[in-house]
Amino acid sequence: MDQFAVKVFVRLRPSVLDPAGEATKSASIKLGAEGIKSLRIGKMIEVKIEGNGENEVREKIDLLCDRLFANTVIEDYEYSLEKL
Amino acid sequence: MDNFSVGVVIFPGSNCDRDVSWALEGCLDIRTKYLWHESSDLSDVDAIVLPGGFSYGDYLRCGAIARFSPLINALDEFVKSGKRVLGICNGFQILTEAGFLPGALVANKNLNFICDDVELDIVSSKGGWFNNGDEKQTIKLPIAHGEGRYHCDSDTLKKLVDNELIALRYKNNPNGSSFDIAGITNEKGNVLGLMPHPERACDETIGGTDGLFTLKSLILK
Repeated sequence: MDQFAVKVFVRLRPSVLDPAGEATKSASIKLGAEGIKSLRIGKMIEVKIEGNGENEVREKIDLLCDRLFANTVIEDYEYSLEKL
Repeated sequence: MDNFSVGVVIFPGSNCDRDVSWALEGCLDIRTKYLWHESSDLSDVDAIVLPGGFSYGDYLRCGAIARFSPLINALDEFVKSGKRVLGICNGFQILTEAGFLPGALVANKNLNFICDDVELDIVSSKGGWFNNGDEKQTIKLPIAHGEGRYHCDSDTLKKLVDNELIALRYKNNPNGSSFDIAGITNEKGNVLGLMPHPERACDETIGGTDGLFTLKSLILK
């Protein structure tokens, strides 16, 4: 069995308004940061998982992302995978 | 309707289960039975309410974890058999997460948790959830949510409009919902999800009775 460290990034789809991102952008500007054109907030999920090779682990992570980690009606996801 | 029984589902974090039961039993004389979310035996209930609250602390997304409970797994067959399911607030969020209703509910546009009475237009009579006797086309119900902004893509919205699946629309959209949507049904009409709380509007002494008919319609065939 191989072990992998997976980082999943879940983001609101570009078409979905992100009011928390807008509020944080506004606070960033109040802090004095200049030049912020857009700010959107997502989630990062770290998973340690084992399986027989990268392909099998990718299948598992795809299922998790599609059915649980992200709601694909409103969110997109991508992930990176590192063999430990 | 002596033997008719409505199952009120309790998830860890549900907090409107007793209100729903009070409204059904106390105001409408409809028998209720609490169903723990780990139960998958729905054989002795004739309709189901998924009440409001914060199932699983709203972790990940509202309704995202509750969707995997044994009870929600068993709900598919229940819905296919034509029995009625009402999802209120967090219950609506669970129904969208589980795919019984299209779209999703996301953070209110103004980020506030909104606790207010709202006026709603009854848009569709599908399922008979709002066919009140006096044919009132506008009702007033309380809302209490932080993540009640209904969102769907344009194809889904067209389908909702074309098939008359939009049950309720806000008169003054409080949360930024697409097309002012406050509640929708499935195509068959036996599943209704809505953000407003009909169970909190079942007695004049607490501010109105516009929610009575929706709860009463759980006994419709």
